[in-house]
Amino acid sequence: MSDARAAKLVQVRDLKMHFPIHAGVLRTRVGEVKAVDGVSFDIYEGETLGLVGESGCGKSTCGRAVLRLYDLTSGSVRIDGTEIGDAGPQRLRRMRRVMQMVFQDPQASLNPRMTVAGIIGEPLVEHMKMSRKDRQERIYQLMDAVGLNRAFANRYPHEFSGGQRQRIGIARALALNPKFIICDEPIAALDVSIQAQVVNLLEDLQEEFGLTYLFISHDLSMVRHIADRVAVMYLGKIAELAPRDAIYAEPLHPYTQALLSAVPEPDPVLHDTQQRTVLKGDVPSPAKPPEGCNFCTRCPRVMDVCHRIDPEYREVAPGRYVACHLYNDAQTAEQTAAAMPA
Amino acid sequence: MTDRLADEPARGPDHGPDRAHAVPAGAVPGGMAVEGGTPAPPRSQWWDVWDQFKTHKGAMAGAFVFLVILLGVILGPWLWSIDPQAIDIRARNSGPTLAHPFGTDQLGRDTLARMIAGGQTSMAVGITAMLLSLVVGTAVGVLAGYFRRLDGILMRLTDLFLALPLLPLLLVIILLFRDRLRAVFGPETGIFLLIVFVIGITSWMQTARIVRGDVLAIKEREFVLAAKSIGTPAHRMIFRHILPNVLSPIMVSATLGIATAIITESALSFLGLGFPSDYPTWGRLLYDATDYLQQYPERVIWPGIAISLTVLSVNYIGDGLRDALDPRIRGR
Repeated sequence: MSDARAAKLVQVRDLKMHFPIHAGVLRTRVGEVKAVDGVSFDIYEGETLGLVGESGCGKSTCGRAVLRLYDLTSGSVRIDGTEIGDAGPQRLRRMRRVMQMVFQDPQASLNPRMTVAGIIGEPLVEHMKMSRKDRQERIYQLMDAVGLNRAFANRYPHEFSGGQRQRIGIARALALNPKFIICDEPIAALDVSIQAQVVNLLEDLQEEFGLTYLFISHDLSMVRHIADRVAVMYLGKIAELAPRDAIYAEPLHPYTQALLSAVPEPDPVLHDTQQRTVLKGDVPSPAKPPEGCNFCTRCPRVMDVCHRIDPEYREVAPGRYVACHLYNDAQTAEQTAAAMPA
Repeated sequence: MTDRLADEPARGPDHGPDRAHAVPAGAVPGGMAVEGGTPAPPRSQWWDVWDQFKTHKGAMAGAFVFLVILLGVILGPWLWSIDPQAIDIRARNSGPTLAHPFGTDQLGRDTLARMIAGGQTSMAVGITAMLLSLVVGTAVGVLAGYFRRLDGILMRLTDLFLALPLLPLLLVIILLFRDRLRAVFGPETGIFLLIVFVIGITSWMQTARIVRGDVLAIKEREFVLAAKSIGTPAHRMIFRHILPNVLSPIMVSATLGIATAIITESALSFLGLGFPSDYPTWGRLLYDATDYLQQYPERVIWPGIAISLTVLSVNYIGDGLRDALDPRIRGR
């Protein structure tokens, strides 16, 4: 699905999001947490880009930075041809109609003092000049679209189950007919049976409205189900980005290999014979990333050069991007890929 | 994995119209006109609030008592036509009689008439000063909590006001401004404005601190981020998302504020800084009567009861309002 012919809806270039650390009596700046440290990717119109990685690797921060919910440290974000990396509040406010977000915790992301109609209608109040009646009609349409009973319009978020709350959050994100929606772990707070419903709802809506998703998750199986291309993040950087089937069949980066080998195997025979790559140690602090490659402290295939030079993030095969020294030597990318154990 | 998900039978809404009663009916008071699955018309939140407020017995009793006191002091002069300033020296120090149901004081002035006249002033001072301190305290608290840049300045200002010695400050303010205000607004309005201002300006700090703390916590909640991603500008963010969620502590300070204001006013009058000595307020009556506490204890009891009942009823109203305004408590 990720054909290069489709237009690029989102272009992120060298995005950096550093949070300052203040300490001491005078609250002087003693360092910074490099939550997102130079991330580049494109998202094509109509596709779903999965963004995976372990807790604390900067997935959510990356998503929020792309929507400009934070002030970027540096980098450029173009959405639908408009640069929003340094846009002022007015331009940003106009762009909010194009890009929306579904949040992780449906309980926390809905104002407990507003009714469902108030929550779904808020974007309409902010951006559309609609009569009260038109707005009410639109709210009902949205509730139908996400499978909420219209009779629930006057109720409050605490009266709903987790899955229904997430539907409210999705309806709010859809209200302005956006082109691009960031799903920030929309299923992580739901139980498994509801997860499938919400993911299927997201897929149906994508088909119906031609949406483009950035799907942030730590659930590799779910990403495999929904994403067209997958980006793997480690410690604020993208380690590998590739089409879904390629990355699951043949991961290139040692971190992706380790991550995929950690997916539980339901077949007991395969489970016992499976070769797992178990990473040792903890993720280094994003306030003090290691010299050279970010992954060099835990990489099973670490080399000398990894401790000195940060590997370049580059295209090693058509559509496949990796930041690893294993693929940076003289041999061509295809040869390396062929020599790699899958 | 992929196949397993695609085969999931529950594809589609998890609560269709046929399951409209998944949430127990009655969870929203009055929101149940939806039995047939037809959408209820949008209903103002304030009806839900009123429905819930009605179920709070203490709040209804409080509202009733407060209304009686309020109507009593407003309509009282028409029903009880004795002039509170009229001196009837032959009837002085009388106990409760038919002519003077609450008795008279040492100059023979009718206590009921003075209670009514004093109530007007005390209630007006209490409510206005409370509103003033509430507005100032909430504004300072919200601005300090929401805008990080203002936080330092505003909270140091709050500390400054907390550290000010109250009495010398009052003396200075009243000495400086009393005569000018009297000249402009007349003796009674002038001193009324001065007292309300003085009480309001010296009692907003607690509210500001509590509100700031709550705003700091609420600001980090995800629904504020969600509103930001919608593009809600700061002022509507504050009024739509922040203020409704910090309502509880504001309510509590408001109800306590009325009591403090009435009592501070009486303390000021006692010190000779407030209203003139012949001008009745509840606090004034209370202090005047303390001299005769042993001979005529009922003279202390009347204004004491009035102040206590007002404060208590307002507290109950605030309690009920706080519950009624919280949708999570509503309907229990």
